[in-house]
Parts: sequence; C-alpha cells; structure tokens
Amino acid sequence: MELVSSHLPALQIVIPLLGGLLAALLRRGVPAFALTLAVSWIMPVISAVLLDRVLTGGPISYALGGWPPPWGIEYRVDVLNGFVLMLISTIGAVIVPFARRSVALEVGERREAWFYCMYLMCLTGLLGVTITGDAFNAFVFLEVSSLSTYVLIALGRDRRALVAAFRYLIMGTIGATFYVIGVGFLYLLTGSLNMVDMAARLAAAPPEMARAMVAALAFLTVGISLKLALFPLHSWLPGAYAYAPSWATVFLSATATKVAIYLLVRFLFSIFGIALDFRGLPIVEILLALSIAAMFIASIIAVYQNNLKRMLAYSSLAQIGYMMLGIGIGNLAGLTGGLVHLVNHAMMKAALFLALGSLFYRIGTVRLAEIAGIGRKMPLTMGAFVVAGLGIIGTPGTAGFISKWYLAVGALDRGWWILVFLLVVSSLISVLYIGRVIEMAWFRPVAIQVAEAKDPPLSMLLPLLILAAATVYFGIDTRLTAGIAAQVAEFLLGGLR
Amino acid sequence: MSSDLILRVGTKLILPFILLFAIYVQLHGDYGPGGGFQAGVIVAAVVILIAITFGHNAAKRVAPRGLVECMVPMGVLIFAGTGVAGFFLGGNYLDYSVLSHDPIHGHHLGIFLVEIGVAVTVSGTMVALFYAFVERGR
Repeated sequence: MELVSSHLPALQIVIPLLGGLLAALLRRGVPAFALTLAVSWIMPVISAVLLDRVLTGGPISYALGGWPPPWGIEYRVDVLNGFVLMLISTIGAVIVPFARRSVALEVGERREAWFYCMYLMCLTGLLGVTITGDAFNAFVFLEVSSLSTYVLIALGRDRRALVAAFRYLIMGTIGATFYVIGVGFLYLLTGSLNMVDMAARLAAAPPEMARAMVAALAFLTVGISLKLALFPLHSWLPGAYAYAPSWATVFLSATATKVAIYLLVRFLFSIFGIALDFRGLPIVEILLALSIAAMFIASIIAVYQNNLKRMLAYSSLAQIGYMMLGIGIGNLAGLTGGLVHLVNHAMMKAALFLALGSLFYRIGTVRLAEIAGIGRKMPLTMGAFVVAGLGIIGTPGTAGFISKWYLAVGALDRGWWILVFLLVVSSLISVLYIGRVIEMAWFRPVAIQVAEAKDPPLSMLLPLLILAAATVYFGIDTRLTAGIAAQVAEFLLGGLR
Repeated sequence: MSSDLILRVGTKLILPFILLFAIYVQLHGDYGPGGGFQAGVIVAAVVILIAITFGHNAAKRVAPRGLVECMVPMGVLIFAGTGVAGFFLGGNYLDYSVLSHDPIHGHHLGIFLVEIGVAVTVSGTMVALFYAFVERGR
C-alpha cells in the first residue's frame, strides 16, 4: 500500500500509458475495451485521493527519476491541477462504457484496438499536461495528446475526417511551435523550466527583461489559444468534432480544450502573475473582446448548422468564450465562474454529444432534417438532450446557470453592466439552436426513417443519463464544483498579490 | 522482383554487415555517437532493402506484419517497464540508480534497456510506415 500511495502522481500517468500499450498489443476489440474500462475507472480514484490530499495538506511534489525539482522533471499537484485532473479522469470514467458499441459500429473491427490505444495515449497526454510542473514536459505531453487526437479524428467513417484531422494537424503543430518558442524565451530569461522556479525567478527579473517577457507571453498565449480554439483561432475545431467518431468527439469536447485552458491559466496566473501584472498590458482587453466575439459569432453560426455535431461544435466555441471571459474578468467571482464552467460545460456537452452518438447508433445520421419526431421514439435519449440543452442555455436549476451567475457577479463587481447584458443576449441565441433541435425532435410528426428507432442499450444510455442527472444535481448542490472552483480562484489570485 | 544477379548477390552479402553495424551503433550509443534511434533505423533499412531487391513478400517473410505491429508498442513498453522497475526497487518512476548495486552502474543499465526499447519501436515504426506505403491502393 505504501508503494502505491507514495507514487500516486506518477501512477496517474503510468497506468494509462501502460494500458494504451497493452491495448495495442492485445490487437482485438473486446479485450482492449475491457482493459480501457479498467484503466479509465482507476483514474478518478487516483485523482480523488490526490485532490483530497492537496485540499487538506497543500501541494504534492514528485521528483521523476529521483532528480530533485529545479533540475529534474517535477510532477506537482496543487488545487488548480488537482481540480482539472479530477475533471478529466471522471469524465473519462463516466463516458467509457458508451464506447464499446459506438466504436465497434463506427471504427470497425480491425481498428478497434488501435482506437483504444490512441484514446488511452490521449488520456495520458492530457493528464500529463495537467500534472507536470515542468514547462517543457508539458509541451511533450501536449504533443502526446495532440498526435493521438489526430489519429482519433482520422478514424472517423466519413472521408472528410482525414481532411479535418490534417487541418488540425497543421494548426495544432503551429500552436505547439508557438508554445515552444514562448517556453524558449522563458528559459533564456530564467535558466529554468520548472514552473515554480520560473515564477520565482521572473518575480525577481530586472526591468530590462520586460520586453522579452512580453514576447514570451505573446507566443505562449497565441500558441495555447490555438489549442483551446479561442476565436478566431478556432477553424480546426468544427470539422474535427463533426467528422471524428462519435465517442471520440464526446471525449475531446469534454476534456481537450479544458486542458489547454488550464495551461493558459497556469501561465497567466501562476507563472507570469507575480512578475508581470498583465493588467498593464491590453491582454485582458484582447481576451475579453475575443471571448465576446466567440460567444456571439459562434452561437449565431451554430443556429444555421444542419449537421447537429457541427452545431454543437460551434456551441462549444461559444462556451469556450464564457470560460475565457471568466479569465478576462479576473476577479474572484469571475474566475470562479470561468473555472466552474470547465466542469459544467464538460458534463453538459458530453451529454449532448452522447445523445448524438446514440442517435447515430440507431438511425445512422445526425442531420437535423432527418430526426423529425425522434423524441417519441427515443424518449430517454432526447429527454437527456433537452436537460443538457437547458444547461447550455443556462436555465436556473441547471449547472449552466451556476457558471453564468458567477460570471455575471464577477462582471458586476467590476461595474461592467454591459457585459451582463451581453451574457444574457448570447444565452438567448443558444435558446435558438437548442430550441431548433427540441422542436424538430418533439413537436413534429414521426418521420418514416426514424419509425423503427428506439433508445440505445443500457451501456450507452447509462452514461448519458448520469451526465444529464449531474447537470441538474450540480445546478442545485454546488459544493463540489463551485466550492472547489472558488478555492482554486482564491489560490490563483493569492499568487497575484 | 528484380532479376539482376549482382544486385541480389550483393544484397545478400551486405545484409549481415548492415545488421552488425546496427548492433554496434546500438551498443556503442551510451559512450559515442549512435543509440537506439539510429540503430532502429538501420535495422529497418535491412527490411526495406530486402523488400526493394527481393520484393514485398520476401520482406514480409523476414518481418511479418503482425510482428512489426507488435514491435511499435513493445519498445515503448520496454522503456516504460524500465521506469516501473524503479517503483519496485525503492526509487521513483524512471529512477535508474536503484536498478543495480551502485548508482552509476544502475544508470548504465537503465539507459541500456531504454535504448533497446527505442530501437524496437523505431525499427517497428519505420517498417510499418514502409508497408503502409507499399500496400497503398492494393
């Protein structure tokens, strides 16, 4: 037991890594899936223990290879990444039972084991970016997750998946390159790659270094913004989400962009925060302007989409706008709102994409025109879609409302009335695109092509219903989500003063 | 495929020396230029040379597809497994000092094992890529 408990930070990464390799060696779909299920269910247990230790006992540091921190690679868990680790591993564990049938149908017998290998590699990369305390190691894990994501997308049935994966490959590589250039600047300035060490050295940096610091900040922000698909660097995302296998879309939409947002928060608040009061730069104004543009433009484009996966992809872009808005507002309530929206959006959007995955499993299409009356044939699936959809809109009583409430409070604290108004208006646009689906699914006569459809098997239905229930539950009891998010925000802003 | 006698005999003559050179590069890697990546590429070049001279099927008898596809994850598994060994011998993940009686020897052994893992994955990946190109459109 001692062996396990002292190595938990490493095990968080090593278990999915070994799992992915073994899944590839098993070469058959069913055993590879069984292994994936086991690994995915172990992950949240480790994250929960780590988060609990951090909340009670402060940051945990793990020296990889026995090399002590500023020199070696350090895995460092504090409240911020403990929270994000918990989010990713829980989402993975909840949605994984859905994969069995969905992946067997969409990816095909021969490639199933490779699919699960790539999923576990992606999980390794995402958890790695989150847990590591080393800026360059974060780049390596970012590439591990990105490379496996390109494969996951390219495994989609539609041939356009290849083009979508290639576009993401180009954009993702540019983003990663910018990130490395930024880290390179910081390494020149500080002589260190360890995040904590970097922050301390930047705080003591002489003023003539300020210009290089601004350049580093600019490269890092643009690079990470490409990865998190901040408007207008989002062009890769709609195609990637639309043509990837349904289950891959669920996983990516709920986790990949969240990890990139974590990385940006880490750099802005923990590393630059002390040294460079970025309120002196127009970076806050830029982030606010881009977030608002994302909230409106992406939502309006979503209204005009006929492919529902593409519609939800644009909706994700708008929701990323809300998360970035929280970072831009930058006070306690605003940051809490942005961070809690990481969790809330992850579960709501995972539920919506799972519902679409179920639709595709039953009727083989996710085009709006072809799902008339599906609500009466697949009541539980579409019921869950409605609940999660209400969450995306931000209806009181759902998790989405909580995030928007905190964002509004944060904006009011700063006296930005106009921002509260914009929040409400952009929510009204989301009523339009969610409403179109609800209208088509529930208020139209049943079309011939969906007459035979029924709710999917339990292994697919259960993750969907759990996430829909969570959307309501976390709209009422916010201790686990907003409670921890507020602690994280306090921790981040404490670093700033 | 090729009926050129000189090419076929020449290839057969040179193959063992290429493999020997690969082993030299592999084992020499920790103190001189070379290492697992370079050795892996050289091993893969052997298979590719066989495919070019004697045809695709001859190469597949030497390195069957199934074996090649297993080599890709297997090498990483050797690397990761070396790291995991650190757990059980009382160190941290990837700590090579505990692999042997004294830290220097332990590091030597650790790098040696890791480089073998690198060679296995690199050669497997190279050959798998080559097969993928050759079989395109069939």
